[in-house]
Amino acid sequence: MEWEVVIGLEIHAQLATRSKIFSGASTAYGAAPNTQACAVDLGLPGVLPVLNREAVRMAVKFGLAIDAQITPRSVFARKNYFYPDLPKGYQISQFELPVVGVGQLEIQVEGKAPRVIGVTRAHLEEDAGKSLHEDFHGSTGIDLNRAGTPLLEIVSEPDLRSAKEAVAYMKKVHSLVQYLEICDGNMQEGSFRCDANVSVRPMGQAALGTRSEIKNLNSFRFVERAINIEVERQIDLIEGGGKVVQETRLYDSDKDETRSMRSKEEAFDYRYFPDPDLLPLEIDEAYIEAVRQSLPELPDARKGRFIAELGLGEYEAGVLTASRELADYFEEAVKVAGDDARRTANWVMGDLLGALNRVGKEIAESPVSAELLGGMLRRINDNTISGKIAKQVFECMWNGEGDADTIIEQKGLKQVTDSGAIEKIIDEIIASNPGQVEQYRAGKEKLFGFFVGQVMKATQGKANPAQVNELLKQKLAG
Amino acid sequence: MHTKTIAQLSAALRSGEISSVELTTLFLARIKQHNPALNCYISITEAQALEAAATADRRLKEGDATPLTGIPIAHKDIFCTEGVKTTCGSKMLDNFIAPYESTCTAKFAAAGAVMLGKSNMDEFAMGSSNETSYYGAVKNPWDQGRVPGGSSGGSVAAVAARLAPAATGTDTGGSIRQPAALCGLTGLKPTYGRVSRYGMIAFASSLDQAGPVTYSAEDAALLMNVMAGFDERDSTSVEREVPDYTAELTNSIEGLKIGLPKEYFDGGLDDSIARVIESAIQAYEALGAVVKEISLPNTALAVPTYYVVAPAECSTNLSRFDGVRFGHRCDDPKDLFDLYTRSRGEGFGAEVKRRIMIGTYVLSAGYYDAYYLKAQKIRRLISEDFRAAFETVDVIMGPTAPSTAFKLGEKADDPVTMYLSDIYTIAVNMAGLPAASIPAGFVDGLPVGLQVIGNYFEESRLLNVAHQYQQATDWHLQVPAEFQ
Amino acid sequence: MSVDQTDITKVALLARLEIDEADVPQYVDNLSNILALVEQMNEVDTDRVVPMAHPLDAAQRLRPDEVTEVDQRDRFQALAPQVEAGLYLVPKVIE
Repeated sequence: MEWEVVIGLEIHAQLATRSKIFSGASTAYGAAPNTQACAVDLGLPGVLPVLNREAVRMAVKFGLAIDAQITPRSVFARKNYFYPDLPKGYQISQFELPVVGVGQLEIQVEGKAPRVIGVTRAHLEEDAGKSLHEDFHGSTGIDLNRAGTPLLEIVSEPDLRSAKEAVAYMKKVHSLVQYLEICDGNMQEGSFRCDANVSVRPMGQAALGTRSEIKNLNSFRFVERAINIEVERQIDLIEGGGKVVQETRLYDSDKDETRSMRSKEEAFDYRYFPDPDLLPLEIDEAYIEAVRQSLPELPDARKGRFIAELGLGEYEAGVLTASRELADYFEEAVKVAGDDARRTANWVMGDLLGALNRVGKEIAESPVSAELLGGMLRRINDNTISGKIAKQVFECMWNGEGDADTIIEQKGLKQVTDSGAIEKIIDEIIASNPGQVEQYRAGKEKLFGFFVGQVMKATQGKANPAQVNELLKQKLAG
Repeated sequence: MHTKTIAQLSAALRSGEISSVELTTLFLARIKQHNPALNCYISITEAQALEAAATADRRLKEGDATPLTGIPIAHKDIFCTEGVKTTCGSKMLDNFIAPYESTCTAKFAAAGAVMLGKSNMDEFAMGSSNETSYYGAVKNPWDQGRVPGGSSGGSVAAVAARLAPAATGTDTGGSIRQPAALCGLTGLKPTYGRVSRYGMIAFASSLDQAGPVTYSAEDAALLMNVMAGFDERDSTSVEREVPDYTAELTNSIEGLKIGLPKEYFDGGLDDSIARVIESAIQAYEALGAVVKEISLPNTALAVPTYYVVAPAECSTNLSRFDGVRFGHRCDDPKDLFDLYTRSRGEGFGAEVKRRIMIGTYVLSAGYYDAYYLKAQKIRRLISEDFRAAFETVDVIMGPTAPSTAFKLGEKADDPVTMYLSDIYTIAVNMAGLPAASIPAGFVDGLPVGLQVIGNYFEESRLLNVAHQYQQATDWHLQVPAEFQ
Repeated sequence: MSVDQTDITKVALLARLEIDEADVPQYVDNLSNILALVEQMNEVDTDRVVPMAHPLDAAQRLRPDEVTEVDQRDRFQALAPQVEAGLYLVPKVIE
């Protein structure tokens, strides 16, 4: 039987506020345990929550970026359950009336047509603390520094049809929240993570299959692996005559498997109800308009501009706008290079990203800044160096030997453009290779490359390739 | 000296007739003498009180005093007081030394008031008789075989027995007014949002409100001048100017329109109490007020609705008491589940458990609409009854409680009967309105309270109405024989 | 609606309250009586009534995004039954 995979993602993005969503404690990552858990975060008797203005603004920014309806009067609700990393015994979240309503995002898997994915809602809530399962004499340690960090939970429709699409969607949201500067996107630190609802159904069937929820996936690779494995498990189960049960599962990356989370003594009954300590969050049109005015250029718009104004292809523009940092880098490099955005695009996507990839670095950590790369490209554009020599210059810049001009100067890499000098070299080569000249003139034209190579060798690659071609053709023609 | 009102004591302190240290010492001595019998204090903060009194005396000397500087006061043990045990009447918090100060008590401290101690209360403010306290029942100073009412029973008994000239209380369904009525005092529940809830251990967040317990309306106004006001730490606190609550006390009430809800005077009301209330109303008429019968048609639904809303909110407010970060933890928990269930099972008393269970039940899947949502809708109807009434009258009057103080143990085993003792007070909390109970007479030697309900933020008018009555009567100045 | 022993057990579990087996019948009784009281609500038609969650018709106030709290861990953890290395300890949690 042919199966269709149905996936919905619940992405949790930690909002990049300075203080927590309901208290004045710091949200900085990495502090000593419980040093950033204040009375409110600890749920001490008598404390009360007050909502962070910036968290609201960030949620609205996101809503506007996905063309969603902003709820004029949204409500905070308590989600009740007992867990040691949840100090109050309830999480303040939003249930019936989330701040961001229905929106949408376009994704594209390489080689496939773009697809629009529905976003059901995005709501504000507080993060929980962390349980540390290292052994404290058979006990678990609780660190509540993270408790109360603002989260935007972004819930997709079950519109995703493969693990690859799920990853593309997650990457799109990841890029968007960074463009909007509402989340640092740091997945290692857990600032951006997701739960995946996965089900399968016979191709063509309208009703959804029973889903399982895979919790806490914190890398793109894990999302893809976990979904594929879960899909396989469900299909095997059904084809073997079994039934998928609705449950929460954990992905174990070491064993590369998903497993059921031990059932917690009871079926969940979160007993959501409006939090009486908080009043409805009212957002008016004027506020929404002000936030709209403050939105930066978003990835899709920027991609369009790269295509229209810089002459990039669809694919290149897509890659270069996938992250705001990369797009900023590229634009800066183009500005410095002064000409030929496509060449800049090729260098950024090829040499630069290749080199970064080899050493596992992010664009922000690149030893070659946009200014350095642009400076070098400017020298290709003005014929000071050839593209080939540029590879050498790039390597020197990568190793911290200074900017392109310094390197070209110090190493004498400047292109030879004096046609007299090139002609003299060509004459010598023709004279010392009479056999090849004869064969070439007899019609073995592929020997042309041999002569180019000889000239380049003699000039240590510094001769201007176009000039060499031109002069060689003349001379060999006799 | 111990029978004087705050207004009188304040004058005595200023004139140098007595120092705050002397006054504080006097009350501490009275507490030592009578508290063993009445059980109205859980903690007595003698050393801190004397230190605060000495500081107050310096302020008085330096001319930097407020009307409350040097005045001893008891705080209900529901307010977190930094460095002082704060139990909320529960075993759960028997070991809890609050690490921070509630906004309300901080304001009293800043005004120079001297905290004598923390007063006994029904556990987590759940009760109408002060019998649910882990620290034992409080006795009514008028008859020690009877309850003082609840949940602010300790505060009220302390003031009634003159073991403090004033006290703070909290009122979720009548917890200031009902004990004030049963002990012959003036108690005010302000408009919801008028006094900060920060640091006040929550029972039902949308109903809880702190207020003063005093001899007189004038004293209540002096306390309100300190307690009321906006607090940025409480989202439900109202940003609205605080008037001088003493400013309108002496206004004439000539022409005041009093509404008498017919639902408050039928069926369940004891005849002898009805007579006391009627004579109070006649006194008002004598002062120039005009009386009109009104209807609050949904009155009978207030108690049923309350017993959905309050337990629902409390069931989740009390989830934080889990034996992990503070409070009672059971011995040798074998696993996490055991830690939770035993710590909570041991830490909470029977009434608290009942309410948590009711609240959990009404919020649970399948019941939410039938109970919680329904209750919220009726809550709106109850509020609208009042809204309509206040279009034609200035204040609403009636009995505070359906009976005088009942005997200890009389209703302890029957929750529903107990709940019905708040029948006249609960609707006010549902609507968020201000209301006071003022002494209006006695039945068989036991005090009876007159409830005066005002429109939103009209505490000044309530206090004016109460004060004018107290100028014409002396019910509020009666002291139980043993404590004179 | 009256509750039975199963309801009591279920609710006690949800609320994480240990209830003595012997007390269950009394809880059944108490809760049934309270629910009977509560069900007087059904005498009123509320089909077109807007639920009221708060006594005041106000909107949530917003706080500036500023760090105003300082580390008070030692003070707070002095209240805790069991701490180690700055962590609150609970019996081993198995995921």
